[in-house]
Amino acid sequence: MKYLKNVVTLRLNRDACMGCGRCLEVCPHGVFALADCKAVIMERDACMECGACARNCLAGALYVKNGVGCAVGILNAKLGRTSGCCGGEQACCCSCEPGNKT
Amino acid sequence: MSGRSCCETCSPKKRARWILDSVETSIGPVSRVATRWTWRDGFGACAVRSGIGRMRYTVPPGLYAVGTPDQDAPVLVTANYKLSFDHVRRAMDGLDAWIVVLDTNGINVWCAAGKGTFGTEELVARLDSSEVAQVVRHRTLVVPQLGAPGVAAYAVEQLTVFHVVYGPVRATDLPAFLRAGMRTTAAMRQVQFTLLDRLVLTPNELVRLLIPMVIVLACFVATAGLGRHEYRLTREQTLWVALAVGMNYLFGIVLTPALLPWLPGRAFATKGAIVGAAVAMALVWFGPFGWLDGLSVGLLSVAACSFLGLRFTGSSTYTSASGVRSEMAWALPLQGALILVGFAGWIAARFF
Repeated sequence: MKYLKNVVTLRLNRDACMGCGRCLEVCPHGVFALADCKAVIMERDACMECGACARNCLAGALYVKNGVGCAVGILNAKLGRTSGCCGGEQACCCSCEPGNKT
Repeated sequence: MSGRSCCETCSPKKRARWILDSVETSIGPVSRVATRWTWRDGFGACAVRSGIGRMRYTVPPGLYAVGTPDQDAPVLVTANYKLSFDHVRRAMDGLDAWIVVLDTNGINVWCAAGKGTFGTEELVARLDSSEVAQVVRHRTLVVPQLGAPGVAAYAVEQLTVFHVVYGPVRATDLPAFLRAGMRTTAAMRQVQFTLLDRLVLTPNELVRLLIPMVIVLACFVATAGLGRHEYRLTREQTLWVALAVGMNYLFGIVLTPALLPWLPGRAFATKGAIVGAAVAMALVWFGPFGWLDGLSVGLLSVAACSFLGLRFTGSSTYTSASGVRSEMAWALPLQGALILVGFAGWIAARFF
C-alpha cells in the first residue's frame, strides 16, 4: 500500500551521513538502503514521517517534520482542541477521550 | 503512579491477577508474570478494541520477570498499555526475560513514541528507578523498533550504561529475534497492515460514531415527513432513511478499511468516496427514491463515506502527516459542499 506521491518532508544530507545504518534499522517502511557506506533514500513515498530515523541519527544527517498522519488529530489541532496525553502540539487522534488529561 | 485512574490490577495492595509470584534478585523480589492469557485478558482485549475502558487499561510501570530469568537474561522494554504488555508476555511463553514497563499513560508503544511519552527521558528515568543495571550483568536493552520515534538510541547510550538494540515490530517475532542472537530480519522490521489488522480497528470507530450516527439519523427521519401541505411520515420512509444512514455508517467504517488495498486512488478520501458511490447506487437501485431524492442520497453518501475514509488515516500504518494535510485541503471543502447541496436537495425534494 502506497500513500500520496511527493508529499513527505524527509531529507537526507549524504555529506553528513556516517553510514551507521541505524535508519535502516528503525524505519518501519524500508525507506533506506546503504550505498557506498552511506544511507540513501530508496522509497521516499513510503515514508510516513514517524521521525524514527531523524531521532536516531547521531550525525544529524536526516530531517523529517514528524507528525501523526491522522485527519481527526490534525482537525482537532486546527480547532484548538489538544489533549494532555498527546503533548501540546499534536492533538489526539486515536487514543484520547475527553477528560483524560494527564 | 499506581493508584492513579486505575483498575483493580493497579492497586498497590492487591496483587494483579496476571502476576504469578516473585523472583528473588539482588534488589529484592521482582513480580513474575504469567505468559498465558486467561479469559480476563482476552475479554479485556476485546473490550478495549471496542473502545471500552481503553484509557484505564494500564499496568504499573516498573520491572517484571517472565520465566526464571537470571543475570544474563535479556531485558525487554515496553509500554504500560496492558494490551501491549500482554502481547509481550504472551510471546515470551517458555522463555526467560526481564521486562521494563515504561509509563506511557496507558498508550501503546508506537502512538506513545510519536508523542514522546515512550521516549529517551522516560526510558532513562525508568532504568534508574527500576535498578535494572543491578539485576543483570550484561548491558543490552531490547527496545521495540516502533519505540524509535521517541527513543534516541545514542542518547540512551550516553546517559546510561546500557546500549540499545531495536527489536522486532511485532511481539510474536520476539522468540525468533532472541534465537537469532538479537538480530531482526527485514520482514520483522516492516510494519504491515493486513486485512485482520485493519478490521480489528473498526469496532472502536463504530462505537465512537454510534451517537453521531443516531443524531444524523434523527435529522433525516424528522425531515423525511416534511411536505407542501402537511407533515406525513410513513413507515416505509422511516425504514429507507434508517437503511440509508445505517449502510453509510456500516460500510463507510468497515468496508473502506477492509477493501483498502483494492480501492482505486491513493487518498483515503477518494477510497471512501468510491465506497459511498457504491452504497448510493445500491440505495437508489433498490429504494423508492425519486430523481431529486436519489441524487441527494448519492451526494450525501459520497460525502459521508469519503469523510469516514479520511478519518481512517489515523488508524492506518502508512499515512504521513504531510500527506493527510494535503488531502484534507481538497477533501474537506468538497465533502462540506456535497453535504450542503445534498441536504438542500433532500429538503427540496419534500416540497416538489
